[in-house]
Amino acid sequence: MSDFRFRNTKEGYGLVAIAFHWAVAVLILGQIGLGLTMVRVADQRLAFNLIQWHKSLGLLILTLIVLRLLWRMANPRPLPLASLRRWEKAASTAVHRLLYAVFLALPLSGWVLVSASVLGIPTLVFGLFLLPHLPVGVSEAGETFWRLLHRSLAYTAIALVTVHVLAALRHHFILKDGVLRRMLRPARRTEP
Amino acid sequence: MKTAARIAIVAVLLVLAAPLRAAVPSLSEVAGRYAVVASGSRLAFTVTAVGGPGIRGRFARFDGTIDIPADSVDRARVTITIYPDSVTTGQKRIDDFLKSDAVFDTANEQAIIFRSTRVRRTGEDTATIEGNLTARGRTFEETFHVRLAEAQGGNLHFHVQGKVFRSRYGMDVGTPIYSNVVDFDMDLASRRR
Ligand code: HEM
Ligand code: HEM
Repeated sequence: MSDFRFRNTKEGYGLVAIAFHWAVAVLILGQIGLGLTMVRVADQRLAFNLIQWHKSLGLLILTLIVLRLLWRMANPRPLPLASLRRWEKAASTAVHRLLYAVFLALPLSGWVLVSASVLGIPTLVFGLFLLPHLPVGVSEAGETFWRLLHRSLAYTAIALVTVHVLAALRHHFILKDGVLRRMLRPARRTEP
Repeated sequence: MKTAARIAIVAVLLVLAAPLRAAVPSLSEVAGRYAVVASGSRLAFTVTAVGGPGIRGRFARFDGTIDIPADSVDRARVTITIYPDSVTTGQKRIDDFLKSDAVFDTANEQAIIFRSTRVRRTGEDTATIEGNLTARGRTFEETFHVRLAEAQGGNLHFHVQGKVFRSRYGMDVGTPIYSNVVDFDMDLASRRR
């Protein structure tokens, strides 16, 4: 019915960028909840199964983020809305870059963590194929270090996502501008 | 010279014959009741994993009795009790996981028990033992292959192998990454009582 665009324009996000954004957003919120839960449940059988899901989901997220970055590089970048102040433009650009960086580093650190683990638990991605361990040294000390890094990155990610979401809500409900709307509705073929 | 040669030949023959002399003793010689003893015994198991080292563990504490009647091996009786809170793999986190409610649930289940129901001799020094294995409140028939490794004085040393499907006992956690098959490889040293 509508002439939406798949690709980004200078004014707005295309359907593909929007689909990537929300697919990754939903998976990441679920993944954070899963990560925080699985290390706290008492039932060890449930904990084991949740960790297997966490590893599979994390790899799916890593793949989507890489594809999303490739798509972003092959597309025009929508300009910040003209109504934004200078610091808002700078802050949003910085947070978006950090989000990409952290969500590349976070799943990678998880992958290194399981590769360095003395438990040597294989990762069978969604029960379908075996993820090879990365060639890192296996040791108790290494595992502890990578776990700490994965955790720190996870908490950093939680903080960044919180800031990002609050900013989006501020734009929509307080400033009442089009920032959230353009991440919901794809750019049109002919701008009105 | 001649005597020396003769002695040498006899010595060689004796050495060659030595393994034959260690052959299976007669039933009447070994009949009796035996208790499994810790020294010389080893209850090891392995669970393989796809693309990983899997798990090698053993149980440090167990008891057992073996009754061998004088008339027929087929009427022999074996009972083995394993205390799963003695499981060790060399990695404390794996031990804790095995003891947890995910696997042995040692807080509620103190013992894994095997009671033989049928013994069949399969060779000079081998037999299969069928029996009921009870773990976490479930009982299934399992089969183990036994070889008499050594018989000396009042001591019998058995080598026992068998495969058990852990899923039947409610311990299927980790499948299919970790195999459902637990491969037992055990040395049971026993002493006549
Ligand atoms: C975007 C992707 C990911 C997010 C958001 C994420 C998030 C988290 C969080 C929040 C925790 C709990 C930290 C704590 O409170 O202790 C955690 C733990 C863990 N994550 Fe991830 N993770 C991701 C990807 C991965 C990947 C790809 C793997 C492995 C392939 C992985 C393996 C683990 C493991 C093994 C733990 C448990 C560490 C422990 O023993 O405490 N994660 N993750
Ligand atoms: C669930 C709540 C979320 C809301 C309401 C939200 C909202 C938004 C909005 C409105 C934009 C457009 C900003 C602009 O026009 O400049 C945006 C962009 C972006 N969001 Fe989210 N977001 C959410 C979750 C996430 C999560 C979990 C991530 C984690 C990766 C994320 C990563 C990004 C990135 C990287 C951009 C920049 C896209 C680009 O220009 O390449 N968002 N988000």
